[in-house]
This record gives sequence, structure tokens and C-alpha cells, in this order.
Amino acid sequence: MTALVEIAHCRAGDKGGDSLLVVVPHDPDDLERLATALNPAVLAPHFDMKDEDVSVALAPGPGALVVTLRGRLGGGVTRALGIDPHGKTLSGHLLALDIPWT
Amino acid sequence: MRLGAGAGFAGDRIDPAVDLVARGGLDVLVFECLAERTITAAQAALVQGLGPGYDPLLRERLLATLGLAHAHGTVIVTNSGAANPHGAGRLVLDVADALGIAGLTVAVADGDDVLDRLSFRDSPVLGGRDGETLEDHRDAVVGAHAYLGVDALVEGLRSGADVVITGRTSDAALFLAPLMHCHGWTPEDLDLLAAGSTVGHLLECAGQLTGGYFADGNAKHVPGLARLGFPMADVDRDGTARFFKLPGTGGRLDRATAVEQLLYEVSDPMAYLTPDVTVDLSAVRIEESGTDEVTVVGAVGRPAPTTLKVSVGIRDGFQSVAEISYAGPHAVDRALLAADIVGERWNDVHGLGHVQLSTELIGVNACTPWTDVDQQPGEVRLRLATRTLDEHAALLLGREVEALYTNGPSGGGGVVTRMAPTLGLLSTTIPRSEVMPTTTVYR
Repeated sequence: MTALVEIAHCRAGDKGGDSLLVVVPHDPDDLERLATALNPAVLAPHFDMKDEDVSVALAPGPGALVVTLRGRLGGGVTRALGIDPHGKTLSGHLLALDIPWT
Repeated sequence: MRLGAGAGFAGDRIDPAVDLVARGGLDVLVFECLAERTITAAQAALVQGLGPGYDPLLRERLLATLGLAHAHGTVIVTNSGAANPHGAGRLVLDVADALGIAGLTVAVADGDDVLDRLSFRDSPVLGGRDGETLEDHRDAVVGAHAYLGVDALVEGLRSGADVVITGRTSDAALFLAPLMHCHGWTPEDLDLLAAGSTVGHLLECAGQLTGGYFADGNAKHVPGLARLGFPMADVDRDGTARFFKLPGTGGRLDRATAVEQLLYEVSDPMAYLTPDVTVDLSAVRIEESGTDEVTVVGAVGRPAPTTLKVSVGIRDGFQSVAEISYAGPHAVDRALLAADIVGERWNDVHGLGHVQLSTELIGVNACTPWTDVDQQPGEVRLRLATRTLDEHAALLLGREVEALYTNGPSGGGGVVTRMAPTLGLLSTTIPRSEVMPTTTVYR
């Protein structure tokens, strides 16, 4: 297993109650492999979510994946009670994920 | 045409914009200073006589940049007008007077306030419950602002304005409008509008394109973040855009920083919705064309949505947060014991079991509260939070945490409490025919 931080970098954004995470492989040639490895079944437990609330979109031109975590932020920026209502720190949490990668 | 990003949010640094306008040879300097919730807060403050309704930092920004912009023929475009763009327009003239600048023209692009034009019953809450409409929140609504496109901004630029002030528009429109005005692009030139919107999207967060919010403390190095240079773009008539920053400034600009900025707020890369065009970013190409320089092409445009997005601010009660720290052996156990004590009194002594109390351990798992507490750090900070319509309950939380000093586990310290009214934000849509952008010129 390899920590995702070794393979990619990430920035978090938000839209309403959804967390958005753009994942960019350090090596552009890794994009398709990463798209296969980072699927909802792998991502959902890491964020304590159901598979169907996680989606991954491929952006081949820029060379990145966009992960959407639907509802992860509760009520969104103005309503969530937690310390990080924007979910900006979720980028770091995602990069701590171990995935099979040899 | 050369565009510069002078601010990426209302509280952004001012010195990088001064440097840009002094040395950048800019045609246009854009200050993006209006987050989604900022306009509602500004409106609430205006109504209560607690604020001007526009960005409170606008005067300071203009005092630092307007003289240089005037001397270099640089037009300033900003959404700092927030809930009071006409007030902000008059402020610009005041600042010009104070700086001894004569003959300045200011255009105010307005029309985003749609509170009187919204039919609450016909306005679904986006992302809400089935059948939820604004009618369900009628008594709590504070304000409603539509995301306008380029129309009124372009009109302001056509008037020959030196400064164009607006409130709620799409962030990208602040950059797209000057490009349309300069290059003669029309609303039918969808791919060009997509290219211009992509330029705006990359520039709108200013330093986030040039290495801000990028360094990871390990492998992703960014030099000179204390003197981060804000980005500029030279945009050709065919939409090709070259992004760069001033020599001698900190930061970095390459494919990696640009990709993060391009996609981090986009839920569907194939359909980024703006009031002016729907942008397909999935085939955008970012080429490193020099040191700290990228060239971006390939955005594809499709027609914009038939409705405009509206942000609706609602009164949402009071948010109360209280924190206390523990250190040394069993610090986490003592923090958890403190949380149990407050929770028991919240329910049993105060009868507030129906009001949600959020408990987090800062330094352990506050950012990811669903993960296990499987470590014993040297110190931990307990954070308790609630949001309630009951002001007394909101105040009680702070008092209960403070009372842990003499009634709780040993060694608690550094209590901080705060309580403030909160504004919630809902989204809905409005037909374009209901929205009338206006442009007013002040001289």
C-alpha cells in the first residue's frame, strides 16, 4: 500500500454541503491508473460515507480527477457546526489514504 | 489585453496589488472581494446600521492603488460594492478627491438584488427537501441576490469608466467583461466566452494561482510565500491566455498550481455553469511556456443556463462555540470527561437535549470527527459548538465550559467562548426575464 500523498496532490473546495476534492497526479502518466484506484468503494469508507454519495469525474485535459463527497459538509459553510465548515482540511485527510500501488 | 488579479477575497493582502499596478503594465486590475455569504452579512449590517453595506476594506485598497491605476491608465473592476454598490461608487469619488485625482469616472453595475422579484412559492430550495421552497423560510429571509453576468459591467466599461463597481456577479464575469469589451467578443462567441471565463476562474482567487495554498511542508516547495506575487494574464483575441507574475515576487506558477486552481471548485468539469456560458473544462490544456508562466487553451463553450442562480440569506439563530485545553498524561481522557459533564448538564440540568451539541477534540480528530481517537497527544483542545434560535441556550454553552475551571477535570485551561447571530444561505433560481441589470455612471 502507498499513501496517496506520494502519488498525487490535492486541493479542497465546496459547493453547498458538498465537498469537492481535485486530485492531481505528480506524474501526468499516472492519471488513468489513479482513476481506477480511486473509486467510490475505496473513498467512501475513508470519509465515513455511502458509496452512492461519492463520485469521481475525470478531466483528461488538465490531467486531474474531481472527487465529489455529497453532503459531507452537513449544512455547508454557514450551517455546519464543525471546526472546518468549508472542509478545506479534507484534502489532507484524502492524501493520507493508503491505496494499492506498486 | 493584460488583466491582473488584485485580491482573491475580501480580506486579501493589499501590497501585492500595489506592486502589480505599479510594475505590471495592466489594462485592468480586478479585486474579487465577495464570497457567497459576504453579501448577506454586508446587507444585514447595512440594515442594522452596523456597516456600509460594501467591503469595509475598499477605502484602504483604493487609497493604496487608485493613484497608481490612474497614472498608468489601468481600469479597476471590483465586486466590493456587495450590498451597496452605489455607496461604494460614491466612496471611489471621495477617495479620488482625497488623492487629488480630477475627472474620474465611476460606473456602478447593479440589479442583483431580486428580493422583491422572487416568487417565494415558485422558488425551490436547491439541494433542499422534496418540495421545499422559499415560502418555508419566508419570515427568516434577509436578502436575495442573483448572480449577474457581464451585461452591466460591459456597459460600464463602454461608458469609459476608470472604476467599475458591482455587487453579486459571477466571479468570472469580472474578468470576462473587460475581455469582451476589448476584443469585441459577442454573447454568441461561446468558445471565446468559455476561454475568457476560464481566465477569470484561474485569476479570481489571486495568489491561489501563483503558489498560495499549495506548499505542503514537504515535497511541494513554494519560495517566498511572505511576498507572494499575484497573477496576471495576457489574453489574445482568439482566447489564448498566458499567465505569469512579476519578476522578483515570491510564489510559483506552473502546471501543478494551475490545475489545482482550475478544478477545485468545479463539481462537473464538463459543465461549469456561469451566467454567461456553460464551460467544458475537461479538455483545457495547461502548457508550461516559461519560468513561472503557463499558457492555457482549449475551453469549450455551450449556452448558459436559462435561469440565474440566486443566493438567499436567512436568519439562522445563534452559533455558540466554547473551547478548553488539557495537557499531559491522560489529556484526551480528561477532555472527553469534560465533554461528558457539559453534555449531561446540557440535557439534565438545562433540558436542552433537543439542541444539538457538537463535540470535537482539536489536535486529535476535529477535522475528521468520524475517525477513531487512537492517539495520546501531549495536549488536546476540546471544542463544543451549538446553533440554536434560543439566545439563552447559546449563552449557556459558554458559561458551562467556563464553569469547568472549578467544577470539571483537573488542569483545564485557556477557555475561549464566543457567541454570535448566524446567517444561513440557501440557493434558488430566477428566470432571466425577472432580472434587470442597470448601469449608472458617476463623474
